[in-house]
Amino acid sequence: MALETLISELTARIPPERLLQQRPQLAPYESDALTSLRARPRAVLLAGTQEEVIDAVRLCHAHRVPFVARGSGTSLSGGSLPIEDGIVIALNRLNRIIALDPRQRLAVVEPGIINLDVSRAAAPHGLYYAPDPSSQPICTIGGNVAFNSGGAHCLKYGMTANHVLGIKAVLPDGEVVQLGGASLETSGPDLTGFFVGSEGLFGVALEITLRLLPKPEAYRTILASYDSLAAAGQAVSDVVAAGLLPGAMEIMDRLAIEAAEASVNAGYPRDAAALLIVELEGEAVEVDAEFAHLRRVIERSGAGEIRVAADEAERARIWKGRKGAFSAVGRLSPNYIVQDGVVPRSKLGEALQRIEALSAAHGTRVANVFHAGDGNLHPLILYDGRVPGALERAEDLAGEIIHMCIELGGSITGEHGVGMEKRRHMPAMFSPDDLALMSSVRRAVDPLELANRGKMLPAGQTQVTAGQHEQAVTDHG
Amino acid sequence: MADRLAPVAVEHVAQVQEAVRAFDRVTVRGSGTKPALAIAPSYDRAQPLDLRGLRGIVEYEPQEYTFTARAGTPLAEVNDLLAANGQYLPFDPVLVEAGATLGGTVASGLSGSGRLRYGGVRDFILGVRFVDGSGATVQGGGKVVKNAAGFDFPKLLTGSIGRLGVIVEVSFKVFPAPPAYRSLLVHFPSFSPALEAIYALTTQPFDLVALDLLPGDEPTGAKEGWTLALRIGGAKALLASRLDRVQRILAAGDAVSSPAGDAEASFWREAAEFAWAPAAANLVKVALTPTQIPALESRLVATPVPCRYTVAGNVLWIAWPDALAKLDSILNELGLAGVVVRGQATVPWIGRAPTSAFARRIKSALDPHDKFAPLYPD
Ligand SMILES: Cc1cc2nc3c(=O)[nH]c(=O)nc-3n(C[C@H](O)[C@H](O)[C@H](O)COP(=O)(O)OP(=O)(O)OC[C@H]3O[C@@H](n4cnc5c(N)ncnc54)[C@H](O)[C@@H]3O)c2cc1C
Repeated sequence: MALETLISELTARIPPERLLQQRPQLAPYESDALTSLRARPRAVLLAGTQEEVIDAVRLCHAHRVPFVARGSGTSLSGGSLPIEDGIVIALNRLNRIIALDPRQRLAVVEPGIINLDVSRAAAPHGLYYAPDPSSQPICTIGGNVAFNSGGAHCLKYGMTANHVLGIKAVLPDGEVVQLGGASLETSGPDLTGFFVGSEGLFGVALEITLRLLPKPEAYRTILASYDSLAAAGQAVSDVVAAGLLPGAMEIMDRLAIEAAEASVNAGYPRDAAALLIVELEGEAVEVDAEFAHLRRVIERSGAGEIRVAADEAERARIWKGRKGAFSAVGRLSPNYIVQDGVVPRSKLGEALQRIEALSAAHGTRVANVFHAGDGNLHPLILYDGRVPGALERAEDLAGEIIHMCIELGGSITGEHGVGMEKRRHMPAMFSPDDLALMSSVRRAVDPLELANRGKMLPAGQTQVTAGQHEQAVTDHG
Repeated sequence: MADRLAPVAVEHVAQVQEAVRAFDRVTVRGSGTKPALAIAPSYDRAQPLDLRGLRGIVEYEPQEYTFTARAGTPLAEVNDLLAANGQYLPFDPVLVEAGATLGGTVASGLSGSGRLRYGGVRDFILGVRFVDGSGATVQGGGKVVKNAAGFDFPKLLTGSIGRLGVIVEVSFKVFPAPPAYRSLLVHFPSFSPALEAIYALTTQPFDLVALDLLPGDEPTGAKEGWTLALRIGGAKALLASRLDRVQRILAAGDAVSSPAGDAEASFWREAAEFAWAPAAANLVKVALTPTQIPALESRLVATPVPCRYTVAGNVLWIAWPDALAKLDSILNELGLAGVVVRGQATVPWIGRAPTSAFARRIKSALDPHDKFAPLYPD
């Protein structure tokens, strides 16, 4: 059998401590941060070098065995869910900084490096890597590339794609390609940009050239409370309409505030229905002038309490609560689904009202903590996976929220990717022609559909054993 | 060439679909400001589609900071509308006065000096609607400022120079426009201190809008040395003191001028129109990084030609007066790749051959019947 031949060839090359095959060893790899989906891979390769990854991909191709690349497994959409009868190529050990060039503000890194470690390495030079997913102390640049991940500070300088200049990748048939380079510009189609966000379907990124930014000279952070979620949403529209361009604008609702308080004691006002965090960054004189303007806008937006971070410690406390909010909400409920839909910014207030109404109608608790400046919602739908039918009810509610986002002119995902979880919603956002072209691109790059088989494209779009995968998921879900 | 086909004047997307289905070979043109990008030797007999009639802004809500417009819309129209609402395209489009269209701007992937601040075309495009090589109309991306669903066709089509599909509509995000600008022109007697100044400026937390380097002494017109041209934007009252700070980190004694008002604006407008490049010369864009510049300069120094390094040494624009073979070999030798925007090329690519198995596969998916010119020469 092809799979067993592959395993024996891998066994011949890789020491057993880096080729996991025992059930208990495989357990941590059976799911990602979307824990409702599980599948047990045949083996997990803890790759030690780029060559090993290339080799493994070539062998998979030769034996027609599907593989899933994996960083830290923090995907919230089932993107790194393994394939049964396939292997996982784990990249955490490929975490070198190959080159750090402070004068040209560049870093060339391997995919397994932790996002925050790039900024740590750049810090002595007064530089940093801008995209800051809340998971940045654990997630990898490879995962960020696969999903075009965002974060709280992506309003001004964009998402992962806006900071990736070049990618060396092994395509699903083992061919190694270099896309882009070190320059901010290229000639020809933006292939680097096209690879970013491709959710692992184009193969494995082996080396990534990142653009670093000078650390902003000054930050000014303001926290405002509101007596309704819609009012906080309206304040975001007001700030945008005022022509201000903050580095970050985030909202948390009552449930998220409670959770954050209970877990990290951020000192948020507890009686608020919603909190808005707005942060300006840039040259000190400019930030000061803009801050005066921002303050007036916030004061006129019907805010209750307004707090201004007096120093770096206070700023850090405000962000600690926000960035820890997902895990904090985890304490309120045994399970949750995080939605990631996007709405036009001027429709935030309306969208939030409708989510509240949907939550009430379904009798399901929803916490909101999200990138308001981008219109990128993150309703956390709480459920208890031990209660029969609870997951299905949560998924129904999630589906209704997604459809609302599309109806309002937005998107089904802003930064967490389609993965396994949102595949079935792709046809609501894209036409049959759009999807057909996506699958031809997929098949042109990977005719055997080995790389991350079954992800992103809706079932039926993929020809090869899509049914088989469906099976794996329902069996274990 | 004499019997080149008359263009089909397109006014509706359906006409593009029909043409792609009906003809063996199709090329696209906007207002023809970057003619060399359309060059494809074996495609003389292709049916040209003129997209200038497919114009107009489809959606613009100023408070959303996004707009959607048809491909043939002149950038001048977009810029005027945005300016009336205090907004702008931060990637600083080029050849706007020459008549560039939005579709041509995306297809060429060209950005101006001002892309230094927030990024290029690729960083601001949100969505694209295009007709692929099978005649289907495909929408990629979306209309909201953030969207991770599906493959990123908007980025793929950026720089695709009509070889992957016919762009018919695009969506962009925009930013609030800086209320005012100021610039500084600093003259350096030789190249290397000027390059050092670029490093010094870009590793500091200064929010520079543009940082270009051009030969000669710009204010006096003298031919010696190099002029560093930098631009900042923001609240008017703060510009003088911000510029002071920037100037302080440059070596004392450098000759400096600081244009303001109309002179300042026209200095950058002329840069975006390539006013410095003789119309008869080949206009070439080369992507590079600052550390690659000294080796390139040492080869170019023997034959001084009009040129301009933009985006803090990440782009070279060069007006090459005669046959491109020599420039091609210099670029090849240094492993640099470029694109010919205007002039007498045989293919638009110059320098290091663009070899990408990845691109070839994608081309085969988007254009299975070779309706559009080859992406790269074989
Ligand atoms: C608490 C929490 C907070 C989060 N906050 C944010 C946030 O603010 N913003 C945000 O965008 N996301 C957020 N996420 C989601 C998640 O962290 C990101 O999607 C992240 O990029 C995943 O990185 P990872 O290393 O864990 O990748 P994994 O989950 O291991 O993999 C993700 C996908 O990338 C593919 N992949 C991994 N490495 C490679 C490679 N080298 N080449 C090709 N494909 C590869 C995998 O196959 C998979 O499809 C959060 C998640 C959690 C749990």
